[in-house]
Amino acid sequence: MAEETLLSDDFLRQLINVGEVDIVVGLSSHNDAKTIEPVVGAIQAGILKCFPRERVAIINADGGSQDGTTELVAKASIDDLWRESKVYALRTLHSISVRYARGPDPSKALQTILAAADLLRAKACVVISPESTSIEPDWLQRLVRPVYYDNFDLVCPIYNRQKFEGSLVRDLLYPMTRSIYGYRIREPYGSEFAISGRLASDFLGKGIGNEDWGKMGPEISITIMAVTAKYRVCQSFLGTKAPSSRGAHDVVGVMRRTAGALFSSLDSNFPVWSAISGSEDVRIFGTAKEVEPEGARINRKRLLEMFATGVAQLEPVLRSILSPSLLSELQRIAALGINEFDYPSELWAKTVYEFVGSYHKSIISRDHIIQALVPLYRGRSLTFLTENRNGSAENIQRREESLCADFERLKPYLLEVWADRK
Amino acid sequence: MREIIVNELTQAFQQMARDIAHYLPRLIVMLIITLIGWVIAYLLKIVVRSFLRLTKFSKLSENAGATQLLHQAALPSSTELVSRFVFWVAWVGFVLLGVNVLGIAGLQDYISRFFLFLPRMFVALVILFFGLVAASFFSRAALLAAVNANYRSPRILSVAVRILISIFALSMVFEVLGVAEETMLIAFASVVGATMLGLAIAFGLGGRDLARKFLEKKLVQHNKEEKEDELSPL
Repeated sequence: MAEETLLSDDFLRQLINVGEVDIVVGLSSHNDAKTIEPVVGAIQAGILKCFPRERVAIINADGGSQDGTTELVAKASIDDLWRESKVYALRTLHSISVRYARGPDPSKALQTILAAADLLRAKACVVISPESTSIEPDWLQRLVRPVYYDNFDLVCPIYNRQKFEGSLVRDLLYPMTRSIYGYRIREPYGSEFAISGRLASDFLGKGIGNEDWGKMGPEISITIMAVTAKYRVCQSFLGTKAPSSRGAHDVVGVMRRTAGALFSSLDSNFPVWSAISGSEDVRIFGTAKEVEPEGARINRKRLLEMFATGVAQLEPVLRSILSPSLLSELQRIAALGINEFDYPSELWAKTVYEFVGSYHKSIISRDHIIQALVPLYRGRSLTFLTENRNGSAENIQRREESLCADFERLKPYLLEVWADRK
Repeated sequence: MREIIVNELTQAFQQMARDIAHYLPRLIVMLIITLIGWVIAYLLKIVVRSFLRLTKFSKLSENAGATQLLHQAALPSSTELVSRFVFWVAWVGFVLLGVNVLGIAGLQDYISRFFLFLPRMFVALVILFFGLVAASFFSRAALLAAVNANYRSPRILSVAVRILISIFALSMVFEVLGVAEETMLIAFASVVGATMLGLAIAFGLGGRDLARKFLEKKLVQHNKEEKEDELSPL
């Protein structure tokens, strides 16, 4: 079994002392001392409120934090919560921190959590990001219930977002996952999600975490594996997601973990996705809440400048990735002013598909292909910002649907590019 | 007198006949070796060409930037060039082997030197190819990183990386070939030293004001950017 190689003797001993549990809550951390305390507090409150009778263990897989993150998790006491809420858990709440490596490795962290859940024979395993400062105690229930009571295998989150947040999810991950794998999962890359014990075992057993796409983006690879292996998938409204400070400053890293993993998954799953056309709804638990709009100061001129510079400077790279007609179209829109700028959804879908084709054929280094997509994504985000500057939530949703429809309609184009007929 | 001339001529003709009789079989052997060599070299060329096409060598060479260089120099494709190179090396090798059979003193030394030079030439070509591949890969990586970090002159950075790695690879090639080793070493050291010194002087003295303005601008921009929200991808 995977546990033998993933779990250290000391960690195994601690897990054996815990015995069997019903729910495992996993936290993958690395220098998260600033945010992890309230997150652990919310998790404990959620356990007290919603699962007082269940046997629960919090597993913190840490990638070599130097700021005392693990100590904070170990110190987090549930006694204060008991006094405040006057609700008592009927079982002991176990909290274990383990250092799986000296440096952060999201794939290994997730595998450690899943291996622990597998060993503890947990019915449900929920993974929470230590950066989710907007977490509420109810999130735990919203994620775990469908697995624990309704027999679902994967619960993906749906967040309430400000209209200018999650641009990569809106413009690329959601439409592409939907058109490729045929399921309307709004957040295929969720920093919070819950999975069943059998899906966790299967994920470890098939060694997905050791595949290229599993290593690149373990979170999205769980979603991909669940839909390709026909597990029962649903979605649950959680609440407002605090934007990740890391993601905004490391767009290339985010692109590698998400689009890179998604592109890479297409090689081994070709027989599955090539036979899918259209998409089907995925059951949603809960209802969306209205989001208080906040003013965002996004520098649109800077976005346009980064797009235009990217298209001009990366011309030799883009020439090897894209078809001549598509590249000349990009060069045309890169010359437009800020008020006329428009990166149409059909052109964006074709761009993504041609990138997928080049990635599949490894025209140049695969990592370079992913990096070359970043300036183009910025251009597409600029169009999204411009289109929805004064748009209502309904308008944004309509535009998202239209983009998804373009991705689905152009899927035969992807198959042609894939087969090298373009 | 007449008899002497006839005798000398007869002896000369006899000697020539003996020499021809002595060399003719060797000449025929040489011609046979050359002919067989041509056939083998031609077959080798076909095999190498097919192998390179099968392994998509032209793609690799395109990625390395070698195709572009060849195109600019009006040379055939990299696959064709390598297969032709193999043909000529093999055939010249057989020709020299044939010449060796003639037993001409002095030539044998050059022939053995040629055969000793072949492995070094092969190593030099391998170094040159991988040097070009590395130069292309790292210059592209530098270009992408600079573009995504929004640096002002990404192409200059990329070209600088390409030139530096190419010079390094070329100096290694010359060292392996044993051509102007010391000259190349001195030239390489001089170029790197002069560039560094030039940059230091230019930045420290010539561009003092520019450097100050640049840093000030950077800091001011930084403060301004902090007030703006970043686009949140996830």
